Amino acid sequence: MKPISPWQALLRHRSAQVGGTLLALIMLAALAAPAMSAWDPIAVDTAHRLLPPGTEHWLGTDELGRDVFSRIVHGARWFVGIGLATLAASAVPGIVLGLAAGIGPRWLNLLISGIADVLLSFPYVLLMLAVVAILGPSLGTAIIAVGIGGVPGYIRLVRGEVLALRQAEFVEALQALGASRWQIARRALLPNIASPLVVYASFVTPLSVLAAAALSFLGLGVQPPAPEWGAMLVNARNLLLTAWWATAAPGFAIFLAIFSTNLLGNALRDVLDPRSRWAAT
Amino acid sequence: MIAYLLRRLAATVPVVLGILLATFAIQAAIPTDAVSAMFQGQLSDNEAAEAAAMLRERYKLDRPWPERFAHYVHQLAHGDLGESVRTREPVADEIGWRYLNTLKLTAAALVVAVLLGLGLGLLAAWRRGSWLDLAATSLSLAGASIPGFVAGLLMVLVFAVWLRWVPVLADGWRSLILPALTLGLIEAAPLARVARSAMIEVLGSDFIRAARAKGMTEWALLTRHALPNALLAVVTLVGLQVGSLLGGAFIIEVVFGWPGIGELAVQAIQWRDFTITQAVILIGALTYVAVNLVVDLMYALIDPRIELGAA
Repeated sequence: MKPISPWQALLRHRSAQVGGTLLALIMLAALAAPAMSAWDPIAVDTAHRLLPPGTEHWLGTDELGRDVFSRIVHGARWFVGIGLATLAASAVPGIVLGLAAGIGPRWLNLLISGIADVLLSFPYVLLMLAVVAILGPSLGTAIIAVGIGGVPGYIRLVRGEVLALRQAEFVEALQALGASRWQIARRALLPNIASPLVVYASFVTPLSVLAAAALSFLGLGVQPPAPEWGAMLVNARNLLLTAWWATAAPGFAIFLAIFSTNLLGNALRDVLDPRSRWAAT
Repeated sequence: MIAYLLRRLAATVPVVLGILLATFAIQAAIPTDAVSAMFQGQLSDNEAAEAAAMLRERYKLDRPWPERFAHYVHQLAHGDLGESVRTREPVADEIGWRYLNTLKLTAAALVVAVLLGLGLGLLAAWRRGSWLDLAATSLSLAGASIPGFVAGLLMVLVFAVWLRWVPVLADGWRSLILPALTLGLIEAAPLARVARSAMIEVLGSDFIRAARAKGMTEWALLTRHALPNALLAVVTLVGLQVGSLLGGAFIIEVVFGWPGIGELAVQAIQWRDFTITQAVILIGALTYVAVNLVVDLMYALIDPRIELGAA
Protein backbone atom coordinates (compact mmCIF):
# COMPACT_ATOMS: atom_id res chain seq x y z
CA MET A 1 0.00 0.00 0.00
CA LYS A 2 1.23 3.47 -0.86
CA PRO A 3 2.01 5.56 2.22
CA ILE A 4 -0.16 8.66 2.47
CA SER A 5 0.91 12.13 3.54
CA PRO A 6 -0.37 13.61 6.84
CA TRP A 7 -2.50 16.00 4.77
CA GLN A 8 -4.25 13.19 2.97
CA ALA A 9 -4.71 11.29 6.20
CA LEU A 10 -6.25 14.37 7.78
CA LEU A 11 -8.62 14.89 4.86
CA ARG A 12 -9.83 11.31 5.20
CA HIS A 13 -10.27 11.51 8.97
CA ARG A 14 -13.92 11.68 9.95
CA SER A 15 -13.57 14.05 12.92
CA ALA A 16 -11.22 16.29 10.91
CA GLN A 17 -13.90 16.55 8.22
CA VAL A 18 -16.63 17.49 10.70
CA GLY A 19 -14.48 19.77 12.86
CA GLY A 20 -12.82 21.39 9.85
CA THR A 21 -16.13 22.11 8.16
CA LEU A 22 -17.59 23.67 11.30
CA LEU A 23 -14.48 25.78 11.85
CA ALA A 24 -14.56 26.88 8.21
CA LEU A 25 -18.16 28.00 8.68
CA ILE A 26 -17.16 29.98 11.78
CA MET A 27 -14.31 31.62 9.84
CA LEU A 28 -16.75 32.42 7.06
CA ALA A 29 -19.12 34.02 9.57
CA ALA A 30 -16.20 36.05 10.94
CA LEU A 31 -15.30 37.31 7.46
CA ALA A 32 -18.80 37.95 6.20
CA ALA A 33 -20.41 39.09 9.46
CA PRO A 34 -21.75 42.46 8.24
CA ALA A 35 -23.21 40.84 5.11
CA MET A 36 -24.91 38.06 7.04
CA SER A 37 -27.17 40.21 9.17
CA ALA A 38 -28.92 43.46 8.46
CA TRP A 39 -28.87 44.43 12.14
CA ASP A 40 -26.18 46.43 13.90
CA PRO A 41 -24.75 44.16 16.65
CA ILE A 42 -24.46 46.97 19.20
CA ALA A 43 -27.37 49.25 18.28
CA VAL A 44 -29.71 49.62 21.27
CA ASP A 45 -33.44 49.47 20.47
CA THR A 46 -35.42 49.69 23.71
CA ALA A 47 -38.76 49.41 21.91
CA HIS A 48 -37.92 45.84 20.88
CA ARG A 49 -36.41 44.33 24.02
CA LEU A 50 -36.40 40.58 24.72
CA LEU A 51 -38.29 39.60 21.57
CA PRO A 52 -38.45 35.82 21.06
CA PRO A 53 -36.89 34.34 17.89
CA GLY A 54 -38.95 35.10 14.78
CA THR A 55 -38.73 36.06 11.13
CA GLU A 56 -37.57 39.60 11.90
CA HIS A 57 -34.96 38.71 14.52
CA TRP A 58 -33.90 35.13 13.81
CA LEU A 59 -32.57 34.51 17.31
CA GLY A 60 -34.63 37.16 19.08
CA THR A 61 -33.32 40.25 20.84
CA ASP A 62 -31.54 40.77 24.17
CA GLU A 63 -32.30 43.00 27.14
CA LEU A 64 -31.27 46.11 25.19
CA GLY A 65 -33.15 45.17 22.04
CA ARG A 66 -30.02 44.17 20.13
CA ASP A 67 -30.34 41.47 17.48
CA VAL A 68 -28.92 38.25 18.94
CA PHE A 69 -28.16 36.61 15.57
CA SER A 70 -26.14 39.60 14.44
CA ARG A 71 -24.22 39.59 17.73
CA ILE A 72 -23.50 35.86 17.41
CA VAL A 73 -22.19 36.25 13.85
CA HIS A 74 -20.03 39.22 14.79
CA GLY A 75 -18.89 37.27 17.84
CA ALA A 76 -17.19 34.83 15.46
CA ARG A 77 -14.67 37.61 14.75
CA TRP A 78 -13.82 37.85 18.43
CA PHE A 79 -13.54 34.09 18.67
CA VAL A 80 -11.13 33.77 15.74
CA GLY A 81 -9.13 36.85 16.72
CA ILE A 82 -8.79 35.88 20.38
CA GLY A 83 -7.94 32.30 19.38
CA LEU A 84 -5.07 33.41 17.17
CA ALA A 85 -3.88 36.03 19.67
CA THR A 86 -3.79 33.65 22.63
CA LEU A 87 -2.10 30.98 20.51
CA ALA A 88 0.64 33.45 19.59
CA ALA A 89 0.86 34.84 23.13
CA SER A 90 1.65 31.44 24.63
CA ALA A 91 3.36 29.57 21.78
CA VAL A 92 5.91 32.20 20.75
CA PRO A 93 7.42 32.95 24.19
CA GLY A 94 7.01 29.30 25.15
CA ILE A 95 8.96 28.03 22.13
CA VAL A 96 11.69 30.66 22.44
CA LEU A 97 12.18 30.03 26.17
CA GLY A 98 11.99 26.27 25.72
CA LEU A 99 14.64 26.37 22.99
CA ALA A 100 16.82 28.64 25.12
CA ALA A 101 16.50 26.25 28.06
CA GLY A 102 17.26 23.28 25.84
CA ILE A 103 20.33 24.59 24.03
CA GLY A 104 21.52 27.34 26.38
CA PRO A 105 23.96 27.08 29.28
CA ARG A 106 23.03 25.09 32.37
CA TRP A 107 22.13 28.10 34.52
CA LEU A 108 19.67 29.33 31.88
CA ASN A 109 18.07 25.90 31.71
CA LEU A 110 17.66 25.87 35.51
CA LEU A 111 16.28 29.41 35.60
CA ILE A 112 13.75 28.87 32.82
CA SER A 113 12.55 25.50 34.09
CA GLY A 114 12.30 27.00 37.57
CA ILE A 115 10.03 29.76 36.29
CA ALA A 116 7.95 27.21 34.38
CA ASP A 117 7.61 25.09 37.52
CA VAL A 118 6.41 28.02 39.60
CA LEU A 119 3.89 29.03 36.91
CA LEU A 120 2.66 25.44 36.71
CA SER A 121 2.21 25.32 40.48
CA PHE A 122 -0.56 27.90 40.10
CA PRO A 123 -3.95 26.58 39.14
CA TYR A 124 -4.63 28.05 35.69
CA VAL A 125 -7.57 30.24 36.69
CA LEU A 126 -5.71 31.65 39.71
CA LEU A 127 -2.74 32.56 37.51
CA MET A 128 -5.03 34.37 35.10
CA LEU A 129 -6.78 36.22 37.91
CA ALA A 130 -3.40 37.28 39.34
CA VAL A 131 -2.37 38.74 35.97
CA VAL A 132 -5.72 40.52 35.59
CA ALA A 133 -5.40 41.89 39.14
CA ILE A 134 -1.95 43.30 38.31
CA LEU A 135 -2.76 44.75 34.87
CA GLY A 136 -6.45 45.63 35.29
CA PRO A 137 -9.37 44.09 33.34
CA SER A 138 -9.30 44.56 29.54
CA LEU A 139 -9.10 42.59 26.30
CA GLY A 140 -5.31 42.98 26.13
CA THR A 141 -4.95 41.81 29.72
CA ALA A 142 -7.14 38.79 29.05
CA ILE A 143 -4.93 37.75 26.13
CA ILE A 144 -1.75 38.27 28.14
CA ALA A 145 -3.23 36.40 31.12
CA VAL A 146 -4.35 33.44 29.02
CA GLY A 147 -1.06 33.57 27.12
CA ILE A 148 1.07 33.44 30.27
CA GLY A 149 -1.05 30.57 31.53
CA GLY A 150 -0.11 28.60 28.42
CA VAL A 151 3.61 29.46 28.31
CA PRO A 152 4.97 26.91 30.84
CA GLY A 153 3.38 24.01 28.98
CA TYR A 154 5.16 24.98 25.76
CA ILE A 155 8.43 25.51 27.64
CA ARG A 156 8.27 22.02 29.11
CA LEU A 157 7.41 20.39 25.81
CA VAL A 158 10.06 22.17 23.73
CA ARG A 159 12.77 21.84 26.36
CA GLY A 160 12.12 18.12 26.75
CA GLU A 161 12.12 17.45 23.01
CA VAL A 162 15.27 19.54 22.49
CA LEU A 163 17.16 17.83 25.31
CA ALA A 164 16.31 14.47 23.73
CA LEU A 165 17.29 15.62 20.23
CA ARG A 166 20.59 17.10 21.35
CA GLN A 167 21.97 13.59 21.73
CA ALA A 168 21.01 12.67 18.17
CA GLU A 169 23.85 12.00 15.77
CA PHE A 170 22.80 14.53 13.15
CA VAL A 171 22.86 17.27 15.78
CA GLU A 172 26.29 16.20 16.98
CA ALA A 173 27.42 16.15 13.35
CA LEU A 174 26.25 19.75 12.91
CA GLN A 175 28.08 20.73 16.07
CA ALA A 176 31.24 19.07 14.79
CA LEU A 177 30.87 21.03 11.56
CA GLY A 178 30.93 24.22 13.59
CA ALA A 179 27.28 25.27 13.34
CA SER A 180 26.24 27.86 15.92
CA ARG A 181 23.61 27.12 18.55
CA TRP A 182 21.13 29.33 16.75
CA GLN A 183 21.72 27.59 13.42
CA ILE A 184 21.24 24.20 15.05
CA ALA A 185 18.04 25.37 16.69
CA ARG A 186 16.60 26.75 13.48
CA ARG A 187 17.76 24.14 10.99
CA ALA A 188 17.78 20.93 13.00
CA LEU A 189 15.70 21.25 16.15
CA LEU A 190 12.63 23.28 15.21
CA PRO A 191 11.65 21.19 12.16
CA ASN A 192 11.93 18.05 14.24
CA ILE A 193 9.73 19.25 17.07
CA ALA A 194 7.11 20.71 14.72
CA SER A 195 4.77 17.76 14.90
CA PRO A 196 4.61 17.37 18.70
CA LEU A 197 4.19 21.15 18.81
CA VAL A 198 1.19 21.05 16.47
CA VAL A 199 -0.31 18.23 18.51
CA TYR A 200 0.18 20.13 21.74
CA ALA A 201 -1.15 23.38 20.30
CA SER A 202 -4.25 21.62 19.00
CA PHE A 203 -4.86 20.33 22.50
CA VAL A 204 -4.33 23.57 24.47
CA THR A 205 -5.69 26.21 22.08
CA PRO A 206 -9.34 25.28 22.72
CA LEU A 207 -8.60 25.52 26.43
CA SER A 208 -7.11 28.99 25.96
CA VAL A 209 -10.06 30.27 23.98
CA LEU A 210 -12.34 28.82 26.62
CA ALA A 211 -10.39 30.57 29.37
CA ALA A 212 -10.56 33.90 27.53
CA ALA A 213 -14.33 33.53 27.13
CA ALA A 214 -14.57 32.72 30.85
CA LEU A 215 -12.67 35.91 31.71
CA SER A 216 -15.09 37.93 29.58
CA PHE A 217 -18.00 36.21 31.29
CA LEU A 218 -16.54 37.20 34.67
CA GLY A 219 -16.38 40.80 33.47
CA LEU A 220 -12.57 40.69 33.45
CA GLY A 221 -11.89 40.38 29.71
CA VAL A 222 -13.68 41.79 26.68
CA GLN A 223 -16.01 44.49 27.99
CA PRO A 224 -19.66 45.03 26.99
CA PRO A 225 -21.17 46.11 24.63
CA ALA A 226 -18.75 44.17 22.40
CA PRO A 227 -20.54 41.16 20.87
CA GLU A 228 -18.08 38.65 22.32
CA TRP A 229 -19.79 35.36 23.23
CA GLY A 230 -18.48 35.23 26.81
CA ALA A 231 -19.33 38.87 27.43
CA MET A 232 -22.83 38.27 26.04
CA LEU A 233 -23.43 35.91 28.95
CA VAL A 234 -22.57 38.39 31.71
CA ASN A 235 -26.24 39.12 32.44
CA ALA A 236 -27.38 35.66 31.41
CA ARG A 237 -28.45 34.55 34.87
CA ASN A 238 -30.99 37.32 35.15
CA LEU A 239 -32.28 36.65 31.65
CA LEU A 240 -32.81 32.90 32.03
CA LEU A 241 -36.36 33.30 33.33
CA THR A 242 -37.51 35.81 30.76
CA ALA A 243 -35.47 35.33 27.58
CA TRP A 244 -33.59 32.04 27.51
CA TRP A 245 -32.65 32.45 23.82
CA ALA A 246 -30.42 35.41 24.61
CA THR A 247 -28.38 33.04 26.79
CA ALA A 248 -28.69 29.81 24.84
CA ALA A 249 -27.40 31.34 21.59
CA PRO A 250 -23.97 32.54 22.79
CA GLY A 251 -23.65 29.46 25.02
CA PHE A 252 -24.24 27.17 22.06
CA ALA A 253 -21.91 29.23 19.87
CA ILE A 254 -19.07 28.81 22.37
CA PHE A 255 -19.76 25.08 22.66
CA LEU A 256 -19.83 24.58 18.90
CA ALA A 257 -16.64 26.56 18.35
CA ILE A 258 -14.67 24.73 21.05
CA PHE A 259 -16.16 21.39 20.03
CA SER A 260 -15.08 21.76 16.41
CA THR A 261 -11.59 22.87 17.48
CA ASN A 262 -11.40 19.78 19.70
CA LEU A 263 -12.54 17.50 16.89
CA LEU A 264 -9.90 18.89 14.55
CA GLY A 265 -7.32 18.63 17.34
CA ASN A 266 -8.15 14.97 17.99
CA ALA A 267 -7.76 14.23 14.29
CA LEU A 268 -4.41 16.05 14.16
CA ARG A 269 -3.26 14.00 17.13
CA ASP A 270 -4.28 10.76 15.44
CA VAL A 271 -2.47 11.68 12.26
CA LEU A 272 0.70 13.15 13.72
CA ASP A 273 1.12 11.12 16.90
CA PRO A 274 0.57 7.40 16.27
CA ARG A 275 1.00 6.65 19.96
CA SER A 276 -2.26 8.25 21.02
CA ARG A 277 -5.06 6.91 18.90
CA TRP A 278 -7.73 7.19 21.52
CA ALA A 279 -10.35 8.61 19.21
CA ALA A 280 -9.86 5.92 16.60
CA THR A 281 -10.13 2.90 18.90
CA MET B 1 10.37 7.11 52.72
CA ILE B 2 11.48 9.85 55.13
CA ALA B 3 14.20 10.93 52.74
CA TYR B 4 11.64 11.10 49.96
CA LEU B 5 9.30 13.11 52.15
CA LEU B 6 12.04 15.62 52.98
CA ARG B 7 13.13 15.95 49.36
CA ARG B 8 9.55 16.46 48.25
CA LEU B 9 9.07 19.12 50.95
CA ALA B 10 12.27 20.88 49.93
CA ALA B 11 11.03 21.01 46.34
CA THR B 12 8.02 23.04 47.42
CA VAL B 13 10.18 25.82 48.91
CA PRO B 14 10.95 27.60 45.61
CA VAL B 15 7.35 27.11 44.53
CA VAL B 16 6.00 28.74 47.68
CA LEU B 17 8.52 31.56 47.29
CA GLY B 18 7.33 32.07 43.71
CA ILE B 19 3.71 32.18 44.87
CA LEU B 20 4.59 34.76 47.52
CA LEU B 21 6.41 36.90 44.93
CA ALA B 22 3.52 36.68 42.49
CA THR B 23 0.91 37.68 45.07
CA PHE B 24 3.21 40.44 46.29
CA ALA B 25 3.32 41.76 42.73
CA ILE B 26 -0.44 42.34 42.90
CA GLN B 27 0.13 44.75 45.76
CA ALA B 28 3.24 46.29 44.22
CA ALA B 29 1.51 46.95 40.92
CA ILE B 30 -1.25 49.20 42.22
CA PRO B 31 -0.14 51.01 45.38
CA THR B 32 -0.82 54.66 44.53
CA ASP B 33 -4.04 53.88 42.67
CA ALA B 34 -5.31 51.94 45.60
CA VAL B 35 -4.51 54.59 48.18
CA SER B 36 -6.23 57.41 46.33
CA ALA B 37 -9.09 55.22 45.09
CA MET B 38 -9.98 54.30 48.64
CA PHE B 39 -10.79 57.80 49.76
CA GLN B 40 -12.32 59.24 46.66
CA GLY B 41 -15.36 61.25 47.57
CA GLN B 42 -15.36 60.05 51.18
CA LEU B 43 -13.05 62.53 52.85
CA SER B 44 -11.87 66.11 52.47
CA ASP B 45 -8.54 66.61 50.69
CA ASN B 46 -6.65 67.11 53.95
CA GLU B 47 -8.10 64.06 55.60
CA ALA B 48 -7.50 62.02 52.47
CA ALA B 49 -3.87 63.06 52.36
CA GLU B 50 -3.44 62.16 56.02
CA ALA B 51 -5.14 58.81 55.63
CA ALA B 52 -3.15 58.05 52.50
CA ALA B 53 0.06 58.81 54.39
CA MET B 54 -1.03 56.44 57.15
CA LEU B 55 -1.72 53.75 54.63
CA ARG B 56 1.61 54.28 52.89
CA GLU B 57 3.20 53.78 56.28
CA ARG B 58 1.13 50.64 56.97
CA TYR B 59 2.00 48.99 53.67
CA LYS B 60 5.43 50.67 53.51
CA LEU B 61 4.55 51.88 50.03
CA ASP B 62 7.46 54.36 49.96
CA ARG B 63 10.09 51.75 50.68
CA PRO B 64 12.09 49.77 48.09
CA TRP B 65 10.38 46.55 47.08
CA PRO B 66 12.70 44.00 48.77
CA GLU B 67 11.94 45.67 52.08
CA ARG B 68 8.24 45.67 51.32
CA PHE B 69 8.39 42.03 50.32
CA ALA B 70 10.11 41.16 53.60
CA HIS B 71 7.41 43.12 55.40
CA TYR B 72 4.70 41.25 53.47
CA VAL B 73 6.17 37.86 54.34
CA HIS B 74 6.70 38.94 57.96
CA GLN B 75 3.03 39.89 58.27
CA LEU B 76 1.90 36.65 56.66
CA ALA B 77 4.11 34.69 59.03
CA HIS B 78 2.19 36.28 61.87
CA GLY B 79 -1.11 35.25 60.31
CA ASP B 80 -1.91 38.83 59.32
CA LEU B 81 -3.56 39.04 55.89
CA GLY B 82 -4.20 42.76 56.25
CA GLU B 83 -7.58 44.42 55.96
CA SER B 84 -9.89 44.82 53.02
CA VAL B 85 -9.24 48.08 51.17
CA ARG B 86 -12.96 48.45 50.59
CA THR B 87 -14.73 47.29 53.74
CA ARG B 88 -11.89 47.79 56.27
CA GLU B 89 -12.72 44.38 57.73
CA PRO B 90 -9.79 42.04 58.42
CA VAL B 91 -9.18 39.99 55.27
CA ALA B 92 -9.14 36.79 57.31
CA ASP B 93 -12.73 37.43 58.45
CA GLU B 94 -13.89 38.07 54.89
CA ILE B 95 -12.18 34.99 53.52
CA GLY B 96 -12.46 32.33 56.23
CA TRP B 97 -16.10 31.24 55.88
CA ARG B 98 -16.02 31.69 52.11
CA TYR B 99 -12.98 29.43 51.92
CA LEU B 100 -14.97 26.69 53.67
CA ASN B 101 -17.77 27.17 51.14
CA THR B 102 -15.31 26.78 48.27
CA LEU B 103 -13.88 23.63 49.84
CA LYS B 104 -17.41 22.26 50.28
CA LEU B 105 -18.19 22.87 46.61
CA THR B 106 -14.87 21.45 45.43
CA ALA B 107 -15.17 18.33 47.57
CA ALA B 108 -18.74 17.64 46.45
CA ALA B 109 -17.75 18.14 42.81
CA LEU B 110 -14.74 15.86 43.23
CA VAL B 111 -17.00 13.07 44.49
CA VAL B 112 -19.35 13.53 41.51
CA ALA B 113 -16.42 13.64 39.10
CA VAL B 114 -14.68 10.53 40.43
CA LEU B 115 -17.85 8.42 40.62
CA LEU B 116 -19.04 9.47 37.21
CA GLY B 117 -15.68 9.61 35.44
CA LEU B 118 -14.45 6.32 36.84
CA GLY B 119 -17.78 4.61 36.21
CA LEU B 120 -18.06 5.81 32.62
CA GLY B 121 -14.43 5.06 31.86
CA LEU B 122 -14.62 1.53 33.26
CA LEU B 123 -17.86 0.75 31.45
CA ALA B 124 -16.46 2.06 28.20
CA ALA B 125 -13.29 0.01 28.52
CA TRP B 126 -15.16 -3.13 29.59
CA ARG B 127 -17.53 -3.02 26.62
CA ARG B 128 -15.05 -1.47 24.23
CA GLY B 129 -16.50 -0.64 20.83
CA SER B 130 -20.13 -0.99 21.96
CA TRP B 131 -22.72 1.78 22.07
CA LEU B 132 -21.84 2.21 25.76
CA ASP B 133 -18.27 3.01 24.77
CA LEU B 134 -19.42 5.38 22.06
CA ALA B 135 -21.77 7.15 24.46
CA ALA B 136 -19.08 7.49 27.12
CA THR B 137 -16.42 8.79 24.74
CA SER B 138 -18.79 11.26 23.06
CA LEU B 139 -19.94 12.46 26.46
CA SER B 140 -16.37 13.05 27.54
CA LEU B 141 -15.57 14.94 24.34
CA ALA B 142 -18.69 17.07 24.77
CA GLY B 143 -17.74 17.67 28.41
CA ALA B 144 -14.33 18.91 27.30
CA SER B 145 -15.99 21.41 24.96
CA ILE B 146 -18.48 23.01 27.34
CA PRO B 147 -17.08 25.85 29.42
CA GLY B 148 -18.11 25.66 33.07
CA PHE B 149 -20.12 28.84 32.94
CA VAL B 150 -22.11 27.69 29.91
CA ALA B 151 -22.78 24.29 31.49
CA GLY B 152 -23.87 26.04 34.69
CA LEU B 153 -26.32 28.29 32.89
CA LEU B 154 -27.65 25.30 30.98
CA MET B 155 -28.21 23.41 34.25
CA VAL B 156 -30.11 26.35 35.72
CA LEU B 157 -32.19 26.63 32.56
CA VAL B 158 -33.07 22.93 32.43
CA PHE B 159 -33.41 21.93 36.08
CA ALA B 160 -34.56 25.15 37.70
CA VAL B 161 -36.45 27.03 34.99
CA TRP B 162 -37.93 24.30 32.78
CA LEU B 163 -38.23 21.22 35.00
CA ARG B 164 -38.47 23.13 38.32
CA TRP B 165 -36.76 20.29 40.21
CA VAL B 166 -34.74 22.77 42.25
CA PRO B 167 -35.59 26.40 42.99
CA VAL B 168 -33.63 29.00 40.98
CA LEU B 169 -32.48 30.60 44.19
CA ALA B 170 -32.06 27.64 46.52
CA ASP B 171 -30.77 27.92 50.07
CA GLY B 172 -29.10 25.51 52.46
CA TRP B 173 -27.70 22.25 51.13
CA ARG B 174 -29.98 22.31 48.10
CA SER B 175 -28.10 25.30 46.77
CA LEU B 176 -25.06 23.04 46.50
CA ILE B 177 -26.69 20.50 44.16
CA LEU B 178 -26.50 22.30 40.83
CA PRO B 179 -23.05 23.90 41.24
CA ALA B 180 -21.50 20.64 42.47
CA LEU B 181 -23.16 18.65 39.70
CA THR B 182 -22.01 21.10 37.03
CA LEU B 183 -18.42 21.23 38.21
CA GLY B 184 -18.36 17.46 38.76
CA LEU B 185 -19.72 16.71 35.29
CA ILE B 186 -17.10 18.85 33.62
CA GLU B 187 -14.23 17.39 35.59
CA ALA B 188 -15.55 13.87 34.96
CA ALA B 189 -14.75 14.19 31.25
CA PRO B 190 -10.94 13.93 31.39
CA LEU B 191 -11.20 11.36 34.19
CA ALA B 192 -13.39 9.12 32.08
CA ARG B 193 -10.92 9.35 29.23
CA VAL B 194 -7.92 8.41 31.37
CA ALA B 195 -9.81 5.69 33.25
CA ARG B 196 -10.88 4.19 29.93
CA SER B 197 -7.44 4.01 28.39
CA ALA B 198 -5.83 2.79 31.64
CA MET B 199 -8.45 0.05 31.90
CA ILE B 200 -8.04 -0.97 28.27
CA GLU B 201 -4.33 -1.33 28.85
CA VAL B 202 -4.80 -3.40 32.02
CA LEU B 203 -7.54 -5.57 30.51
CA GLY B 204 -5.25 -6.46 27.63
CA SER B 205 -2.43 -7.68 29.86
CA ASP B 206 -1.41 -11.30 30.36
CA PHE B 207 -2.42 -11.65 34.01
CA ILE B 208 -6.00 -10.68 33.16
CA ARG B 209 -6.10 -13.28 30.43
CA ALA B 210 -4.75 -15.82 32.91
CA ALA B 211 -7.43 -14.90 35.45
CA ARG B 212 -10.13 -15.23 32.79
CA ALA B 213 -8.72 -18.58 31.73
CA LYS B 214 -8.94 -19.97 35.23
CA GLY B 215 -12.63 -19.09 35.26
CA MET B 216 -12.76 -15.98 37.39
CA THR B 217 -16.08 -14.11 37.18
CA GLU B 218 -16.09 -10.83 35.25
CA TRP B 219 -17.04 -8.88 38.36
CA ALA B 220 -14.22 -10.27 40.48
CA LEU B 221 -11.86 -9.76 37.58
CA LEU B 222 -12.79 -6.12 37.27
CA THR B 223 -12.87 -5.23 40.94
CA ARG B 224 -10.00 -7.34 42.26
CA HIS B 225 -7.48 -7.12 39.44
CA ALA B 226 -8.24 -4.54 36.80
CA LEU B 227 -9.50 -1.68 38.93
CA PRO B 228 -6.61 -1.46 41.42
CA ASN B 229 -4.11 -1.45 38.55
CA ALA B 230 -5.94 1.20 36.58
CA LEU B 231 -6.42 3.30 39.69
CA LEU B 232 -2.85 4.57 39.67
CA ALA B 233 -3.28 6.63 36.53
CA VAL B 234 -6.56 7.93 37.90
CA VAL B 235 -5.06 9.02 41.24
CA THR B 236 -2.35 10.97 39.43
CA LEU B 237 -4.93 12.72 37.31
CA VAL B 238 -7.13 13.53 40.29
CA GLY B 239 -4.15 15.26 41.88
CA LEU B 240 -3.56 17.29 38.76
CA GLN B 241 -7.25 17.99 38.49
CA VAL B 242 -7.55 19.59 41.90
CA GLY B 243 -6.08 22.69 40.28
CA SER B 244 -8.68 22.83 37.54
CA LEU B 245 -11.40 21.91 40.07
CA LEU B 246 -10.37 24.84 42.23
CA GLY B 247 -10.18 27.16 39.22
CA GLY B 248 -13.46 25.78 37.88
CA ALA B 249 -15.05 26.37 41.28
CA PHE B 250 -14.10 30.06 41.04
CA ILE B 251 -16.12 30.43 37.84
CA ILE B 252 -19.00 28.18 38.91
CA GLU B 253 -19.35 30.24 42.09
CA VAL B 254 -19.98 33.34 40.01
CA VAL B 255 -22.55 31.55 37.83
CA PHE B 256 -24.56 30.29 40.80
CA GLY B 257 -23.89 33.11 43.24
CA TRP B 258 -22.26 30.59 45.59
CA PRO B 259 -20.48 32.65 48.27
CA GLY B 260 -16.97 31.23 48.03
CA ILE B 261 -13.55 32.79 47.57
CA GLY B 262 -13.84 32.72 43.77
CA GLU B 263 -16.85 34.99 43.73
CA LEU B 264 -15.07 37.19 46.25
CA ALA B 265 -11.91 37.37 44.12
CA VAL B 266 -13.78 38.42 40.99
CA GLN B 267 -15.54 41.21 42.89
CA ALA B 268 -12.31 42.25 44.57
CA ILE B 269 -10.51 42.57 41.22
CA GLN B 270 -13.29 44.77 39.89
CA TRP B 271 -13.20 46.93 43.03
CA ARG B 272 -9.40 47.05 43.01
CA ASP B 273 -9.44 45.62 46.52
CA PHE B 274 -5.88 44.36 46.25
CA THR B 275 -5.56 42.93 49.77
CA ILE B 276 -8.49 40.58 49.22
CA THR B 277 -7.37 39.59 45.71
CA GLN B 278 -3.88 38.93 46.98
CA ALA B 279 -5.07 36.78 49.88
CA VAL B 280 -7.51 34.72 47.79
CA ILE B 281 -4.88 33.93 45.17
CA LEU B 282 -2.32 33.14 47.85
CA ILE B 283 -4.67 30.79 49.69
CA GLY B 284 -5.88 29.14 46.48
CA ALA B 285 -2.34 28.50 45.25
CA LEU B 286 -1.14 27.22 48.64
CA THR B 287 -4.12 24.87 48.82
CA TYR B 288 -3.17 23.50 45.42
CA VAL B 289 0.46 23.00 46.46
CA ALA B 290 -0.60 21.25 49.66
CA VAL B 291 -3.03 18.93 47.87
CA ASN B 292 -0.41 17.97 45.33
CA LEU B 293 2.05 17.23 48.11
CA VAL B 294 -0.48 14.87 49.68
CA VAL B 295 -1.28 13.26 46.32
CA ASP B 296 2.40 12.64 45.61
CA LEU B 297 2.85 10.98 48.95
CA MET B 298 -0.28 8.87 48.45
CA TYR B 299 1.03 7.92 45.05
CA ALA B 300 4.21 6.62 46.59
CA LEU B 301 2.19 4.66 49.14
CA ILE B 302 -0.20 3.08 46.61
CA ASP B 303 2.46 1.88 44.20
CA PRO B 304 5.46 0.28 45.86
CA ARG B 305 7.14 0.07 42.45
CA ILE B 306 7.65 3.81 42.34
CA GLU B 307 11.29 4.49 42.70
CA LEU B 308 11.34 7.05 45.47
CA GLY B 309 14.95 7.95 44.83
CA ALA B 310 14.29 9.13 41.31
CA ALA B 311 11.50 11.51 42.19
